[in-house]
Amino acid sequence: MLKIVDLHAGVEDKAILKGINLEVKPGEVHAIMGPNGSGKSTLSSVIAGKEEYEVTKGSIIFDDEDINELDAEERAHKGVFLSFQYPVEIPGVSVTNFIKTAINETRKAKGLEDMPAKDMLKLIREKSELLEIDRKFLSRSLNEGFSGGEKKRNEIFQMAMLEPKLAILDETDSGLDIDALRIVANGVNKLKSEDNAVIVITHYQRLLDHIVPDFVHVLYNGKIVKSGGKELAHELEEKGYDWIKEEVNA
Amino acid sequence: MDLKEKLLSSFLVFENKVDIDSPIHDVRNEAIKVFEEKGFPSKKEEAWKYTSLNKILKEDYSLFPKQENAIEYKDVKKYFIHDIDSYKIVFIDGKYSSHLSETTHDGIDVCLMSVALSKPKYSLIIKNYFNKAATTDSLPALNTAFAQEGAYIHIPKNKVVDKPIQIINFSTGNEAATMLQPRNLVVAEENSQVQIIERHQSLTENAVLTNSVTEIFADNRAIVDYYKIQNDHNNASLIDNTFIKQKRESIASVHTFSFGGKLTRNNLNYYQNGERIDSILKGVTILGDKQHVDHNTLVHHIEPNCESHQDYKGIFGDSATGVFNGKIIVEKEAQKTNAFQSNNNILISDKAAINTKPQLEIFADDVKCSHGCTIGQLDESAMFYMRSRGIPEKEAKALLMYAFSNNVLNSVKIPEVKQRITKIIANKLGVNIGFDL
Repeated sequence: MLKIVDLHAGVEDKAILKGINLEVKPGEVHAIMGPNGSGKSTLSSVIAGKEEYEVTKGSIIFDDEDINELDAEERAHKGVFLSFQYPVEIPGVSVTNFIKTAINETRKAKGLEDMPAKDMLKLIREKSELLEIDRKFLSRSLNEGFSGGEKKRNEIFQMAMLEPKLAILDETDSGLDIDALRIVANGVNKLKSEDNAVIVITHYQRLLDHIVPDFVHVLYNGKIVKSGGKELAHELEEKGYDWIKEEVNA
Repeated sequence: MDLKEKLLSSFLVFENKVDIDSPIHDVRNEAIKVFEEKGFPSKKEEAWKYTSLNKILKEDYSLFPKQENAIEYKDVKKYFIHDIDSYKIVFIDGKYSSHLSETTHDGIDVCLMSVALSKPKYSLIIKNYFNKAATTDSLPALNTAFAQEGAYIHIPKNKVVDKPIQIINFSTGNEAATMLQPRNLVVAEENSQVQIIERHQSLTENAVLTNSVTEIFADNRAIVDYYKIQNDHNNASLIDNTFIKQKRESIASVHTFSFGGKLTRNNLNYYQNGERIDSILKGVTILGDKQHVDHNTLVHHIEPNCESHQDYKGIFGDSATGVFNGKIIVEKEAQKTNAFQSNNNILISDKAAINTKPQLEIFADDVKCSHGCTIGQLDESAMFYMRSRGIPEKEAKALLMYAFSNNVLNSVKIPEVKQRITKIIANKLGVNIGFDL
């Protein structure tokens, strides 16, 4: 589904990603861990198409197509979803209206008519129940005055509505209390299928207790320096990142 | 002959034509003297530093359109807020259009200035209010000199007007360039309420210059809400002079939506004569091309325990330019004044520009006054957020602009007006968001 080959990227003259290789197949959950400043968030932004980053070398293949030249919205239309670490506040645009717009713009891009209002309401009801979101929440301005937990729940709600093929969860566990973490993880697990894939970007092990990865990769200094199974995450939790740094630097 | 000379010489003809015995005969003559002395304002004056009238004054305007121009309702329906019941006072090239209007004398007077100026029945109100709020700056004075037609609205004590009043000035441009000087008077007596929507609309590409004066009097506990929709052609210019005198516990709001026109100057002046008054000034400006809008506001706090709230949002693209000059005067007696002013702007092109200048003159020592202005670009991280959810760039921009204007749009009390404004914004940005915000 996703194949990243020798990806180099950065901002202006500063190189941040220095040769990433990663393959994600349908049905898989990958975790990308690493110390602060290793390039985790850059990698997720580059996959989603943030313009401020320049890809200097390598390719991002999604469903057999190089998506490197595509705009962020075109990638979204193909089924790439990024859950933001810091979701943006949009006053005056309700959660419902925002997601309606996102869904209908995606349908428009595929040559489909707008989703009938009745179907939309049904879908919203279904998915908001999944994330234990109440109705009042849906009419609030997007992310405005939301708590950390509400913001993340709203991100996963949007993911549930858009049903992406590839979901990248960027530090979704940050700012979540244990109940919110459970709800969010539960939502992600329920959406998981044989046809879609998830990349979980996280600093800590705790989200991975709930969303169990098939593969764990350690990103350090712009490169994936170690890959393994879910036990690697436990090892990192216990020992920290210093031993990885020493291994790499040695 | 330049425009000033043309105006001065045609004043004599005008005075002979209208009633010499008119109660405002002397007022007109005083006013033309003021204009003769001061002339049109130039950029040398501080208040006109960023707005030059030179170009628009060069046109050879026809001052008194001769022919009656008829318009079919179906052709101009879109300029009305047509999905609500309303009173309508409609002018075509400065002349009253009875077939497009719906006036009333049933408990309230919603009618014509020309009638109010000529019938004895109205002479007391005219004597007490006409030209009692307008200043003697040159442009209001020029309007006063030629004041003849406009809206006359008188709401007696305790009367709540049952539906909004629309004042629409159409210009057909059938006689090439046209200059119009509508004169409106709104008197809202004690404890009355009225909502007014005003629009100036040119129907051709010929140049139009409108120099309008609106005087509004809000007596004790009256509530007046005024909405100005400015979305005219690129050859139409508007100088809007609005003067509001408020008495004790009255609330007066003016929303100015500036989306078009070649040059628009809004001189909005509030005078608070009483305690516990609230004055509300809000605006959304979205401009492109070479359009220019200048918001020049004054709130004069004269007595204690009053408030004023100013919130102007501006979005400027292409080579559009904007000015915000907000003056707040708090007199020594006006203790416990709460005066807020905010002006936020987004520039979406390198050639667009905004000059913003708060001007606070505070003589009282126990007041709360705040002001703030910002100039920025569209938030890139918000753009990426929306685009990553599948919303294309253009639509994402539109949503951000809505979000930016949201505070102001939310304070519009007539839902149909708010809907119309969001629709104009969507059309202007060329998007169809698919829902009403």
